Amino acid sequence: GRAQPRPRPAAAMQFMLLFSRQGKLRLQKWYVPLSDKEKKKITRELVQTVLARKPKMCSFLEWRDLKIVYKRYASLYFCCAIEDQDNELITLEIIHRYVELLDKYFGSVCELDIIFNFEKAYFILDEFLLGGEVQETSKKNVLKAIEQADLLQEEAETPRSVLEEIGLT
Amino acid sequence: MALKMVKGSIDRMFDKNLQDLVRGIRNHKEDEAKYISQCIDEIKQELKQDNIAVKANAVCKLTYLQMLGYDISWAAFNIIEVMSASKFTFKRIGYLAASQCFHEGTDVIMLTTNQIRKDLSSPSQYDTGVALTGLSCFVTPDLARDLANDIMTLMSHTKPYIRKKAVLIMYKVFLKYPESLRPAFPRLKEKLEDPDPGVQSAAVNVICELARRNPKNYLSLAPLFFKLMTSSTNNWVLIKIIKLFGALTPLEPRLGKKLIEPLTNLIHSTSAMSLLYECVNTVIAVLISLSSGMPNHSASIQLCVQKLRILIEDSDQNLKYLGLLAMSKILRTHPKSVQAHKDLVLQCLDDKDESIRLRALDLLYGMVSKKNLVEIVKKLMSHVDKAEGTTYRDELLTKIIDICSQCNYQHITNFQWYISVLVELTRLEGTRHGHLIAAQMLDVAIRVKAIRKFAVSQMSALLDRAHLVASSTQRNGICEVLYAAAWICGEFSEHLQEPQQTLEAMLRPKVTTLPGHIQAVYVQNVVKLYAAILQQKEQAAEPEAAQDVTQLMVERLPQFVQSADLEVQERASCILQLVKHIQKLQAKDVPVAEEVSALFAGELNPVAPKAQKKVPVPEGLDLDAWINEPPSDSESEDEKPKAIFHEEEQRHVKQRQPEADEEELARRREARKQEQANNPFYIKSSPSPQKRYQDLPGVEHIPVVQIDLSVPLKVPGMPASDQYVKLEEERRQRQRLEKDRKKKKKKDKERKGRARRRGSLLSESDEDVAPAQQVDIVTEEMPENALPSDEDDKDPNDPYRALDIDLDRPLADSEKLPVQKHRNADTSKSPEKEHVPVTEKKPKKPKKKEKKLREKEKQPREKEREKEGKEEKPGEDLDFWLSTTPLSAVPPAPEEPGANAVIAAAQEEGEEARREEPADEAEDDDERDPEKKPSKHKKKKHKKEKEERSKDKKKPKKKKPASDGAAEPVENGALDEDPLPVRARVQLLPLG
Repeated sequence: GRAQPRPRPAAAMQFMLLFSRQGKLRLQKWYVPLSDKEKKKITRELVQTVLARKPKMCSFLEWRDLKIVYKRYASLYFCCAIEDQDNELITLEIIHRYVELLDKYFGSVCELDIIFNFEKAYFILDEFLLGGEVQETSKKNVLKAIEQADLLQEEAETPRSVLEEIGLT
Repeated sequence: MALKMVKGSIDRMFDKNLQDLVRGIRNHKEDEAKYISQCIDEIKQELKQDNIAVKANAVCKLTYLQMLGYDISWAAFNIIEVMSASKFTFKRIGYLAASQCFHEGTDVIMLTTNQIRKDLSSPSQYDTGVALTGLSCFVTPDLARDLANDIMTLMSHTKPYIRKKAVLIMYKVFLKYPESLRPAFPRLKEKLEDPDPGVQSAAVNVICELARRNPKNYLSLAPLFFKLMTSSTNNWVLIKIIKLFGALTPLEPRLGKKLIEPLTNLIHSTSAMSLLYECVNTVIAVLISLSSGMPNHSASIQLCVQKLRILIEDSDQNLKYLGLLAMSKILRTHPKSVQAHKDLVLQCLDDKDESIRLRALDLLYGMVSKKNLVEIVKKLMSHVDKAEGTTYRDELLTKIIDICSQCNYQHITNFQWYISVLVELTRLEGTRHGHLIAAQMLDVAIRVKAIRKFAVSQMSALLDRAHLVASSTQRNGICEVLYAAAWICGEFSEHLQEPQQTLEAMLRPKVTTLPGHIQAVYVQNVVKLYAAILQQKEQAAEPEAAQDVTQLMVERLPQFVQSADLEVQERASCILQLVKHIQKLQAKDVPVAEEVSALFAGELNPVAPKAQKKVPVPEGLDLDAWINEPPSDSESEDEKPKAIFHEEEQRHVKQRQPEADEEELARRREARKQEQANNPFYIKSSPSPQKRYQDLPGVEHIPVVQIDLSVPLKVPGMPASDQYVKLEEERRQRQRLEKDRKKKKKKDKERKGRARRRGSLLSESDEDVAPAQQVDIVTEEMPENALPSDEDDKDPNDPYRALDIDLDRPLADSEKLPVQKHRNADTSKSPEKEHVPVTEKKPKKPKKKEKKLREKEKQPREKEREKEGKEEKPGEDLDFWLSTTPLSAVPPAPEEPGANAVIAAAQEEGEEARREEPADEAEDDDERDPEKKPSKHKKKKHKKEKEERSKDKKKPKKKKPASDGAAEPVENGALDEDPLPVRARVQLLPLG
């Protein structure tokens, strides 16, 4: 019972959601601690609201006490929540930057890349943003960090040794 | 056999990795839930195995399922197991799962402390990085307290990759464990001048976030940030700093003066829309806080408005939207500068994008004047008709009402027009805001006495066609206006032309289908009408007609007595008995009208909404003490307290304004005389307020009033407010002519040219528009000794209040962060410790490492100190700094390229980078257009190269190079200044 309800502690970005045109969630990153129930409620409401908007509408909307910045790339919607004083244009830039990173990493990224490698999408995001703040403004540095971590992973992932382990048990 | 078994188990374990799961779910669209529950069963089996690879695979799948909305909190312990894996691959998955599903309520989270500490001090920067990233998502107050010192140490790590993460996560630590702020702040501040731009930007981010919530504690950093602002070329950083200054200036106006110049320079020079937008917003904030004593700020405002106009005119919807948004901020303090762009705003009302129309509506609110109100509302009304979707239409409705009623109806010159607008709005289908219209009708009818006659005629028409208003179920919201209509007709029944007809309309059987609270008002006001009619009939000596009315009441009231609504039932029963009693008296030829009217004697005065709250509490009265049991919350909305008690009546009399009182009395006396002398139907020719107005001395005869009177004769339900547009024009034209005639006379006395010009100017000004009726807007009553207090609206639960900490006071020993040693002792007492397999392995190892780290961290710190020494600023003292003008710090405005070759070159370079870094949106639209993305790649690459180049060039210029003198940009993961080849190799080897 130590978790007390308190107002949402803020970060520059409150959360980022990726969802498809059909309203399926593809990625969610919460920079504020919320209960699962609340997260689901917010997601449902926002997906509905954003999908209901017409294509030519601007990328911003006011929602509860937050500002929502979203952008559609092909079949995917990238949607961020920021606070009242935050800069919408820089948030659009963050979204765009993230898309570029995904694009560089996967090589012209598509929705399926993110579905089947969702953990990679998270790893990239985590190198770009931390706690809702931009931690690295250089695309090159983000990709480099990811590549090196992947390298570490590949070396650790020796399928044969895993097989051996299983054979032994 | 044995081989087959092994193979089988391999198949089982590997038949579903994440990809298989995803594919499986896609192939089972019809029975997804069933398929997934099957998968979860398998995952549960996999989690029972000892093999960490299998567990990690299972946890990875769970993370995916969590995103689909499935609860995976039951696997929290397994997630911790995977987090503790020695292999990075698994650890990464474990931390990802934890960051997605752990929260403060996750009880096993307390088991992670030692594991996280171990990972934080891991020789691999990626282990550390992954732990920091995870922690940023699920840090609890306990974790923050236990790990604050470790994270603070990492802020001085050799690798910028770790430093920047540690700096950023410190913000989360502060939020959860505010005691850590003071001990950690000096080091955080150091990071503002970290040699690595990434770390520097992280420190700026954190301090800006902190300062935004409690600006006063960070005022002393203003000189440092000012220096950063004028030297940085990173737009991400600039935006943060500029935002921070926006928070600081209200506390220190001198700072604002200092800021205006560099900010306007940036506005002129930058091509990054995000930065431009931030600058404009901050300039607006600065100018608002400077509202006085800023001699030539009108130039800055003009610049902002001008830039915003460009944004609004842009074809990009986003810029249009933001332009309007920022414009509305200027409007609050500098309405005149914005009003000049009314054309543009009205144009935006026709935009296809609803969000833009809504923003434009916000702006209109501040743009109306007496002169243009009718025109603007007409435009809005036409939008109401066109609007699709109830949300936008409701928004329009609210805005129309807001616009008209703002500042005590300041802009309304003709209240007949306004009532007509309100009546027109009642034809809106499916609006939720019927109560708003009703409230306006009531407010205007009560407070603008001159309009009552007109209002009553409109309201009685409304009651007459109540069936239209309340017919379909969709129109439920709008039937609220009947509440107002019924009350107005009842309360001001003396103005009714055909009271009997209205009475009958209010007693129709259809009324019983209205909501209870409206019926209750009907019942109550039926009696007022009845009283008025009785009086008429008795005065006209028509006892039979009076008895007929009573009979009608006796016949119709039972339908309300049967109501399921208690309020309606109770009122109706009382009144029915009363009327039956009257019937008996009437049968004996006893005059009753006088007594029945006495029930409603006295005048209702408008009371300010806050009046009750403002009544001062008498001394010795404890309002918090219960007298009896706590009362239940009853809805008092639909009961209008009537002044039937003698005492109350007296009080009202006392509070009435003496002049209005006499006037009123005189009018009543007059009316009574006429009533007695004539047939009751003569009432309608009693002097109308307009006529009295005409009789007033010194005011010219206004024929327009007579034309206005024809309006109520129109078929109800037809748009009436439009007619006022033309009428208003004519009226004003006449006024102008009248005035010009007077002016001409004056002009002869004055010098010709000047007077003419001034005259024509004056005739255009707002103050000149005279109202159509003389309007006395009754002010709302407040109790005597009302407290002018405004409620303290500070939220006691504000999480940032804990971070309101004085950072300049020297650090006491007791405040130092808990160090690892005694925390280890603490945790070893914890009984859950045994459950964590990894934590006990090598408890001493981290300590050694930390020592090593500490040794290393000394180096960069020393360097920084050196630097500080060199850059000794003249004004560490804020006051001194603020009193001096910035010299070289302010880059020259770009308009003068030839001024200084060297500076210009440097400037250009800065410019370049500024354009490259983020958000150069206006430059090319394609950037934001996904369809055109591929074609952009080349361009982008080219740009990026430029970016890199310019960075390289800048580096040595901006910072004193660290002792090794390497001008190479510091790269994450690469070797830093510190030559530690052994360590570097360790990173690349698989661990464990």
